[in-house]
Amino acid sequence: MSREQMTAVTQKQGQSATLASRRYKKKSGFVESWNRLKTNPGAMFGLIVLIIMVLLMIYSFLFITKDDVMAINSGNRFKPPSAQHPFGTDSMGRDLFKRTIYGTRYSLTVGFFSVAFGFIVGVFFGTIAGYFGGWVEEIIMRVSDVMASIPGMLLGMVIVAVMGPSFLNLLLAIGISNISGFVRMARASVLSVKGSEFVEAARAIGMSEMRIAFSQVLPNSLSPLIVTATARIATSVLAAAGLSFIGFGVPVPLPEWGALISDGRSYLSLAPHLTLFPGIFIMLVTFACSLLGDGLRDALDPKLKQ
Amino acid sequence: MIDESTTNSEVVLEVEDLVVHYELKNETVKAVNGVSFSLTKGRSIGLVGETGAGKTTTALAIMNLVPKPPGVIKSGTIDVCGYKMLELKPKQLEKIRGKEISMIFQDPMTSLNPVIPVGDQIAESVRLHENVSASQAYDRAVEMLELVGIPGERAGEYPHQFSGGMRQRVLIAIALACNPRILIADEPTTALDVTIQAQVLNMINDLKKKFGTALIMITHDLGVVAKMCDDVAVMYAGRIVEKGTLEDVFNDTKHPYTEGLFNSLPDISKKGTDLKPIPGQIADPTRLPEGCAFAPRCRYATDACREKPPTIHQISPTHFVECTAYDDPGFHIEGWQNHG
Repeated sequence: MSREQMTAVTQKQGQSATLASRRYKKKSGFVESWNRLKTNPGAMFGLIVLIIMVLLMIYSFLFITKDDVMAINSGNRFKPPSAQHPFGTDSMGRDLFKRTIYGTRYSLTVGFFSVAFGFIVGVFFGTIAGYFGGWVEEIIMRVSDVMASIPGMLLGMVIVAVMGPSFLNLLLAIGISNISGFVRMARASVLSVKGSEFVEAARAIGMSEMRIAFSQVLPNSLSPLIVTATARIATSVLAAAGLSFIGFGVPVPLPEWGALISDGRSYLSLAPHLTLFPGIFIMLVTFACSLLGDGLRDALDPKLKQ
Repeated sequence: MIDESTTNSEVVLEVEDLVVHYELKNETVKAVNGVSFSLTKGRSIGLVGETGAGKTTTALAIMNLVPKPPGVIKSGTIDVCGYKMLELKPKQLEKIRGKEISMIFQDPMTSLNPVIPVGDQIAESVRLHENVSASQAYDRAVEMLELVGIPGERAGEYPHQFSGGMRQRVLIAIALACNPRILIADEPTTALDVTIQAQVLNMINDLKKKFGTALIMITHDLGVVAKMCDDVAVMYAGRIVEKGTLEDVFNDTKHPYTEGLFNSLPDISKKGTDLKPIPGQIADPTRLPEGCAFAPRCRYATDACREKPPTIHQISPTHFVECTAYDDPGFHIEGWQNHG
């Protein structure tokens, strides 16, 4: 009896309450995390560097053509940095500034998408393994062990060797080598949370197991995963550079950063700027990612309020 | 099972001969050994007993939430509003939990998800069971918060921003958001300090009356039982040893264990007298004796008590006691009032 009454009351109050509750709603979450992130100078530095990188990437898409970075000009070789060529020119007389800027599209996308791929696949399976346990966990963890037992670089080389050197294959290769780390991390993190009483409480209000795993347990396990993810962006950028350096990455004349360093290596004493500038860019991106990762970990934890 | 027309005595919960064991590698913990009771609409029953008496396991079994493994429900039937809880598939159980029967857990500090704002946690409970939009569910959540005495504008805050008593009230709001017919409160006030205890208990009482919810109050605090419950079931070593209305059990105590519980309460009018604790420890649930589990601690125990399982005696239409000593019609306990 009172059951119906209550529903009726709720429905009647529906409209007026909607207005009232709008005010209460969602000052939480994103805005608060952002406010906390803002106060962290390291994280802000990292964020600004990454934003500049992204802007440079957009600039390169708009204003630098493939011809600009590929055209050979043999009269212009090994020019040191100057006003006309801020980073100098390489062994074929190409402008290194344009080539480095053009390279952002490879390094940033590899860094971001390979980690995103590894994160989504790895965290999905890791959460299932950790939460449900039993034979499901056995299978997932053994497969992940096998993947982890192959060194990432070697796995990347094998994948590229089988599928042919292309940008997409490079991305996939690094993405796959990222999976097992996330599986382990997510499983460990979920295991430490799944015994909490709020999991039991969620069952008691009739939530399904799958939903508890992903909407209750996973959000509590996320902060170490996010830190790992940002650190992984850095290592993925390095891995992409490494694979390109040994010729397994982006096909040769294209200016991936690793390939640029590989190019410049032969002329290290003659023209050190050829390795210096791409190297600085790699360093900046990896450093920025790590700083941002640390800041995000603190900002995303609602318990760390000042 | 249920006759909808007789709302007054509508049975919302029927537990019959429930046996739950935890089967570990080396031993079997006999947590619940044949518990039966029933609950009608709007009434409240108190499950009283020491730690380890099987109260919480009984409650979890009613929700069919006993962790398996190691938990095994050996036998028994549980009927919640006509649903046989122990025979249902997980999908069907999810529909009943939270909708027909809800539970408040012991520790409000850990029973709320720390990374989700409380309003969203209440709204989640509503959305699971009712076909409403996200904003309608959120409106209900704000309403429920205000009903338990928390300002609606705090709905966007996280659990760590609330005190223990407020968190317990949030848990109550979550449990009652879909207006269940049965509410199980598992020691809801144990983790709270005394002044907050009274507030929370009053609130549970008010909401229970308002919505006509039946209540199972699990506690080891006889004061809480006296305040909250219509009926009392005293549990010992996984069995209900005495069961009756509040008056039956409090004023006409029959079982020696119940007597012992009352004797171990401090009495403010008898300053200077010693408390009389029940001697010994609660029976080891992995090695229960052949006869009455309480016999080793019972000062009335006879050889008959130790040798065969206790017999059930009906004292009045509502009052039952499980004690072999009452086979002798002349037997009576000394009565706790006399000791005071």
